[in-house]
Amino acid sequence: MSARISGVSGKVGFNDLKQLPGFWTRKLGKDLYEVFIGPQHPGSGHMRIIIRVDGDVIVEADPDMGYVHRTMEKLGEGREWIKGIPLYERMAIHDACNVTLPYVEAVEKLLGIEPPVRAKYLRVLLCEINRIAAFLYGFGIFGVFVGHSTMYMWPFGDREVWVELADWLTGARLTHSYPIFGGVRRDVPEGFTDSLRKAIRYMRKRLEEYRKIYVDNPVIRARLEDVGVIPRNLAIELGITGPNLRASGVEYDVRYNAPYEVYDELDFEIPVFQEGDSLARVWQRVEEIKQSLHILEQVADWLDKHKGEQIMHDRFWKTAPPLYKKVFQETGRVKLVPAFAILKVPKGKAYARAETARGEISYYVESNGANKPYRVRIVSASARNAIVFKYILPGHRVMDLPTIYGSIDYFPPEADR
Amino acid sequence: MSKGNGDGKVYVGNVDVAAKKARKLLLGKLKLGKLVDWGTAFSLWPVHLTTSCCGCEFAAAWSPRYDNEQHGALPWVGSRQTNMILIEGTVTRKMACALRVVWEQMPQPKFAIAMGACALDGGIFYNSYNIVRPWEVVPVDIYIPGCPPRPEAVARAIIELQRKIRREGLASKFVEEGWRPDKEYVKPKEDLCAWWKG
Amino acid sequence: MNIDELADMVRNLLAEYVVNVEIGKDLVHVEVKEENIIEAAKRMKEAGFDHVKDVTAIDYPKEGVIKIFYHLSSYSKKDLSRYIVGLGYSIPRDKNSVPSLYGVWTSADFQEREVYEGFGIVFEGHPDLRPLLLAPTVAELKPLRKDFIVKEEPIFKK
Repeated sequence: MSARISGVSGKVGFNDLKQLPGFWTRKLGKDLYEVFIGPQHPGSGHMRIIIRVDGDVIVEADPDMGYVHRTMEKLGEGREWIKGIPLYERMAIHDACNVTLPYVEAVEKLLGIEPPVRAKYLRVLLCEINRIAAFLYGFGIFGVFVGHSTMYMWPFGDREVWVELADWLTGARLTHSYPIFGGVRRDVPEGFTDSLRKAIRYMRKRLEEYRKIYVDNPVIRARLEDVGVIPRNLAIELGITGPNLRASGVEYDVRYNAPYEVYDELDFEIPVFQEGDSLARVWQRVEEIKQSLHILEQVADWLDKHKGEQIMHDRFWKTAPPLYKKVFQETGRVKLVPAFAILKVPKGKAYARAETARGEISYYVESNGANKPYRVRIVSASARNAIVFKYILPGHRVMDLPTIYGSIDYFPPEADR
Repeated sequence: MSKGNGDGKVYVGNVDVAAKKARKLLLGKLKLGKLVDWGTAFSLWPVHLTTSCCGCEFAAAWSPRYDNEQHGALPWVGSRQTNMILIEGTVTRKMACALRVVWEQMPQPKFAIAMGACALDGGIFYNSYNIVRPWEVVPVDIYIPGCPPRPEAVARAIIELQRKIRREGLASKFVEEGWRPDKEYVKPKEDLCAWWKG
Repeated sequence: MNIDELADMVRNLLAEYVVNVEIGKDLVHVEVKEENIIEAAKRMKEAGFDHVKDVTAIDYPKEGVIKIFYHLSSYSKKDLSRYIVGLGYSIPRDKNSVPSLYGVWTSADFQEREVYEGFGIVFEGHPDLRPLLLAPTVAELKPLRKDFIVKEEPIFKK
């Protein structure tokens, strides 16, 4: 009885399997083994971590990135300026407004225009909603890594509140494409700010419950305390960014050091913790959610006071046909004006940065006067945080690897671009 | 059944022949193939391999709001105990090798769902030099369009796969005849993993 | 300090090495010669620029050069962190090896590997130079150079 089984092409010998990555644990010496923690693993995300272990202690760790590398920098050079916005969004898809905002700002600097004030407040509104949704996603994935299933279900359930708000505002759950050159695409619908205030009250109650089941949980505390300590001078030397940096005692936030949009007019604090271990990083994110809720309240009050103002810069709005202006009067929606398809940006170099949920993203945009970019260089927060694997992991046990990985909130599609 | 009759020899029945006879009886005469199909359709366990950014909607589809576990699908960590793979998003060259290795570790009968526009024909990255079309790596049964598809679309795809299994009897046909038709355009493993130099 | 003061401060700091200072939008680009890059980098680090934000290589086929820039900023000094300073140099397009700044800034580790795989430029002195994101067979094509063309569909068909 012979069976034709699909998927095997020809004869696969036993020795052929040895050449494939991840199949065997290689022995390198007495008690020294090389282990592949590969893409198909609940605790590794979309990357491979190659570790060398001596017994149970990690001696050397090497992150093997590039499993989600979709060559966005090269593709951006071949496409028109406006096509770059959906392209770069796919880097960190649940944080979409924060990730494309520096690109839009850099091109606006080269064009020499500034968006109207209401557009800036709307951008900050979506940025903070995305930041809260991304933090909750980080908590959920960390729960999966540590084995705390309730911490996977509760944050993902609460994240739906914020994703639905973003859906109501922009029309899409995750890929908003909301900030465009000169302004934003839509205005706030009726009744949005009341729902926003309800969501803020709900989130404050839920943060208390998270503290009870997760952050003050003695099992989680035993697992997270004093694990993955990054001292302050090492954090500065390695150049890590985001909540990981602030949990190690460095007071640095792009919204505070190099303010963009309207962050210099809003009133918020930067929480800083001194210990630098995984528990401090979790606490840091909880405190930052509270600050984001505070910012959202101020933005909602301003938007209610200044209704009906312009949301798109005159340079593009002047070129819109009368039908577009009629649609804006009635529904508050800006259809994409045709001027973007033939946009030519003057020659120059620009640099723009923003603070996403995971850290600081920076864009270097260079133009030589054509309708396509000459060079776009992106360094995202996770790409700069990847260095933690190489320098912090050695010396810990294998069971600390998911703990450290989840606490630095590393996201492979963002690191690989 | 072993029967010793005093001369030191043990008689054991032929297991292969007995299994073949049992299969013919249960699936041919008693027509229990529908039971096999029903059981497989309501226990499709996807394996824990996130390929790209649609993984966010995969995680959201199993969250309390959309709850795909009610269809019997439980994301499971070990590839040897699962029978479905959900390819989310773009498959790059490095990931194509890992995907193929995981696919071959899964036992038959196994199914594949391609999720997202990048899994259909490249999506927004159609002309990138680092990506591979997923239907060249793994034979795909169901495609879900969208960028990213909503979690309701993922639930719909699982229901469509259940209907396909029960309508065409894919699981019982495998048990009965022992083979599943292969797709010719799937690339051999040596081409996909050629970059690994060890 | 505003951007002109920052440009003057950097120009005075690297007095004899400076070839060109260009002020972009929120950006100061300082160009030095390739043989002085390690000395200039050490001076910048002592002045307070303690980490590298990114390492960029830009290909100019018409002029026949590739320019490599290190964008620096400071975590410890607040007044240096408002604008970004780029320290860089230019090399001819067929030159292959340049000195690595891993000894000055550890944060340049993974970024130099990315420039290596995209442009094919070898950094001498880097402890572990391998392709970071691409498979080795794809990195041999040096994809980020301008002579590697990716076909596109434009908005308007001619």
